[in-house]
Amino acid sequence: MRQDHLITATQLSRDDIEAVLDRAREVADDPGAFADRHAGHVLALCFFEPSTRTRMSFDSAAKRLGMETIGMGDVDSSSVSKGESLSDTVRVIEGYADAMVLRHPSEGAATLAAEHVSVPVVNAGDGAGQHPSQTLLDLHTIRENHGLDDLTVGIMGDLKYGRTVHSLAAALTNFDVNQHFISPESLRLPRSVRFDLHETGAQLREHTDLDDVLGDLDVLYVTRIQKERFPDENEYHRVAGEYQIDAETLDDASDDLTVMHPLPRVDEIAPDVDETDHATYFEQAHNGIPVRMALLDTLMENAEADEETEADR
Amino acid sequence: MSDHELRVSKIRDGTVIDHVEGGQALNVLAILGIDGSEGFGVSVGMNVPSDRLGRKDIVKVEERELSPSEVDVLSLIAPEATINIVRDFEVVEKNRVTRPDTVTGVLSCPNRNCITNADEPIETRFDVVADGVRCDYCSTILRADIAEHIDV
Repeated sequence: MRQDHLITATQLSRDDIEAVLDRAREVADDPGAFADRHAGHVLALCFFEPSTRTRMSFDSAAKRLGMETIGMGDVDSSSVSKGESLSDTVRVIEGYADAMVLRHPSEGAATLAAEHVSVPVVNAGDGAGQHPSQTLLDLHTIRENHGLDDLTVGIMGDLKYGRTVHSLAAALTNFDVNQHFISPESLRLPRSVRFDLHETGAQLREHTDLDDVLGDLDVLYVTRIQKERFPDENEYHRVAGEYQIDAETLDDASDDLTVMHPLPRVDEIAPDVDETDHATYFEQAHNGIPVRMALLDTLMENAEADEETEADR
Repeated sequence: MSDHELRVSKIRDGTVIDHVEGGQALNVLAILGIDGSEGFGVSVGMNVPSDRLGRKDIVKVEERELSPSEVDVLSLIAPEATINIVRDFEVVEKNRVTRPDTVTGVLSCPNRNCITNADEPIETRFDVVADGVRCDYCSTILRADIAEHIDV
């Protein structure tokens, strides 16, 4: 992958994705070989929004590469609450770290950050925009279970605001994948994501009922429908209930169906699914480590190569 | 004498923006930042019959020529427009607008949650796509509603 930053899944080609996933496989097979690869380097974890999984996953991945990590602490007590702009904050942090992972509540925050700093920036979620490192670990999980071609994938839940969905849908267009989108009418894919899918020639198959397509799926990617997306709580309960699955729902699915979820789940996947062979979401979360190690390794390597080119001039 | 000349008188020096889509003349003035307080002579013809467009608007601004970025944005709401530079009652230059690849610093993003609406010291930047523009930061696409987001 010849990229300086990872901002959106739309920037990734098939080659880019496969290069990172190949490296993730190498990491998973022999983590020791990567142990000190970036010793002496510092990764800044800039989380302007609460995060447990993604932040810890990057923290762990960096440390397994020999990096130190620094964080911002509680956003309420940091300079953000004093009114500092994001552009200023990232320019300051650039001096403290060799790479930066950014989560921010505003769409486009990572694009802005990458324009203001020269160290690699990884978008770890920008509002309802993109979450491309999650997509890489999602793709790794799909690849290890099914391969990435000749597949039928269903993506269900909040497709409008779900950043993991936006990134995954865009990345899957690089592969021979039939995508089905299952959601309530009010939470269908946003115009910008539909535009990108149309541009690649991908077909948009949209459903309001999982039963229409369940039997055809190799992968079912479930996301959470959040209460705050509905003006009326009763409406939320009525709609969300239709997009929850349990072991019985999956009776009609193929035996090989892989059920994924970016986590955290609330009640959209019942605990009895955990006991089935379909459940892959914990494996998926664990894949965050080798994939984020591979990603950080690649971006650090690219940054070092850029520095050498610069020095040779 | 053609129909529109009967309705809007000739100007001595300035710019005539012709073949503007019917109903967009006031947005053209908004793009140019003209609200009358500048003292330029401004004539507006709206919904004038046109062979090419059916109905068109015409804007004539005296003693004012357009900058390239103004013409760029103009092209988004008035893709058929022609821009005539007039000196001493004669048209000395006649140009069609062309669609730019990007539009910088002129439109505001309609997505309230976009980082460009968060008091950052940056200019908005939109890519021009098939039938609209797209925010370079948050990917929001603006189509028919472009004129409502002109921020000049």
